[in-house]
Amino acid sequence: MSVVMPPAGPEATPKPKSARRKTRAGQAKENLTSPWATAAAIIIAMLWTIPTVALFMTALIPGDRYRTDAWWEVLADGDLTFSNFNHVLFQSFGDNSTAPPLLGNVINSIVVTVPSVVFPLVLGLMAAYAFAWIPFRGSNFLFVMIFALQVVPLQLALIPLLRILGPENLGIAGQFPGVWIAHTIFAMPLAVFLLHNFVSQIPSDILEAARVDGASHTQTFFRIIIPLSLPAVASLAIFQFLWVWNDLLVSAVFGGSKTYPLTYPISNLAGDYGQYAYLVPPAAFISMIIPLIVFFSLQRYFVRGLLAGSTKG
Amino acid sequence: MTSTEVPLSLSRGLPMAGLDGEFWETQSSNLLLAAIAIVAFLVVVSLVMFGADLVRGRIRDKVQLVVLIAPVLFLLGVGLIWPAIDTIWLSFNKVVEQPDPTTGIYTTVTQFTGLDNYRFAFTDPTTLRSVINTMIWMVLVPGLSTTIGLAYAVFIDKAKGEKALKSLVFMPMAISFVGASVIWGSVMYDYNQVGSQTGMLNALLSWIGVEPVNFLVESPWNTFFLIVILVWIQTGFAMVIISAAIKGVPAEMNEAASLDGANAWQRFWSITVPSIRATLVVVLTTITIASLKVYDIVRTVTQGRDNTDIVANKMYVLSFVEGREPLGAALAVILFVFVIPIVIYNVRSLNKVKETR
Repeated sequence: MSVVMPPAGPEATPKPKSARRKTRAGQAKENLTSPWATAAAIIIAMLWTIPTVALFMTALIPGDRYRTDAWWEVLADGDLTFSNFNHVLFQSFGDNSTAPPLLGNVINSIVVTVPSVVFPLVLGLMAAYAFAWIPFRGSNFLFVMIFALQVVPLQLALIPLLRILGPENLGIAGQFPGVWIAHTIFAMPLAVFLLHNFVSQIPSDILEAARVDGASHTQTFFRIIIPLSLPAVASLAIFQFLWVWNDLLVSAVFGGSKTYPLTYPISNLAGDYGQYAYLVPPAAFISMIIPLIVFFSLQRYFVRGLLAGSTKG
Repeated sequence: MTSTEVPLSLSRGLPMAGLDGEFWETQSSNLLLAAIAIVAFLVVVSLVMFGADLVRGRIRDKVQLVVLIAPVLFLLGVGLIWPAIDTIWLSFNKVVEQPDPTTGIYTTVTQFTGLDNYRFAFTDPTTLRSVINTMIWMVLVPGLSTTIGLAYAVFIDKAKGEKALKSLVFMPMAISFVGASVIWGSVMYDYNQVGSQTGMLNALLSWIGVEPVNFLVESPWNTFFLIVILVWIQTGFAMVIISAAIKGVPAEMNEAASLDGANAWQRFWSITVPSIRATLVVVLTTITIASLKVYDIVRTVTQGRDNTDIVANKMYVLSFVEGREPLGAALAVILFVFVIPIVIYNVRSLNKVKETR
């Protein structure tokens, strides 16, 4: 999923706090005096939270009660168990005799994700600097083209790209480098666009001063662009991390049995309502833990990154 | 459903099957591979950049410009633009078995067939169904996510604990489509033919005395229940962006309207909504594109059964499971045609912003 965030214009820039403080009390009072709005907000908040909590509780149901009893009934009996987590992580996920445990897929997810975050961000930042600060012929056209590529469904590229990476050509489909390259390519348009938005906001005095001092583009890039755009890089890194970690399509097409991340076996077993269906909720919960930790600890930067794309010219 | 007997050895006591020496050897070498790849990548990039810095004379700027943009242009050209063109070409072809003129051995060759694949896509009932369903997703997901996100952003604006309330709704953004599909498919929508209901929604229905529903099988409603999953994921995104836009609406405008006697509803329609119109368009665009391409949810929950298939999943199945690549290519092109108006709109608004700068 690439995200298109063309600039939304000046109206979205938050005002400084002090300007709003005066009316804040009055408006808060007004909001709270509408019981319907409050009730609706509470219902939405509950609908958006309860399913995740329910998944966690369902993950704790012992296998022999999964089909017959709901989690609140098991909870009432005090029969909940953590052994399902142990089972899927370290023993097997699915048919006990042959299915490998998920620990391998957890490590695969990490091996797939980390390079797929680093590669597009570095290359994207380089291009973003060039498009923002180096005037050259065709710059505008190329940038608009990269921007437009964001909305091309990646389905459109799958078959030929698989052929390029496949055994007849590069021979890295089904291996980690193939998956990294695919993720890097698909992340490129958004990375260039969002980083460009940020890099072009750097005050021109700084870059002109460097230029006057005789700095080359390489020096400018390493000494000015990289340090100053770290906040944008951080937020985009979180975004890209979540996208790659949660991806299924790219890893299903370009990966192989040795590279499949967590999402792949879970998706396969989720449609199967057989004997081992009770292993799916704990597995899904395991797949969610790392992105949720990343999300809650770095939420501030993540949201800022989303807004950088939507509110900055 | 009958209760399933699970042998005791499954839940405890069994040695950690599969986690032998070979497992650890493979996994540590994979991690090492990733580490080496990152370090090598950074070293190569730095070496090339500093190498370009050694060039002397007028040409230096040009060399450095090429170094900066060539990787991205190359990757996009080879990995996205050329494949897209190739896919479009493939969609006008078919794969046939033919004897080789010299050896006589049967081999597969692609043959131009014109619009046959497209004709098939719009006449074959299951494929046509996936096209129609995709259109339904494309309308309902952005509409519902944006409406609910807007409502929530307005309701909690400047309320106590606004940040915490926001993260609750934003949290599903961090959950994979597969994870969300398991949450809704196995926990919320679960349906038991006999016995008590273990799915939360059906338990709720039985509790208030309504007959339980087999949510994922009842066509055409099952498509709507799948759509709910994506709405659940995307609403937080819409809400955060809209909330930031609402904070940018000058408070004076609302105050002036209040003095003129406008109530909250009138102020919402005549001040808030027009002021954040551009942001609403951005959010709608983004979610529309996301909902066109999503395939994880359908694949995980129903595999396209019971009239729930969508183009993105059908395309995957045709191309990578059934080996009917030209037909899959035609579906990918149909998906692309759906987004063309959005591409045009966005490029236009980008150019407008560039002109005003």
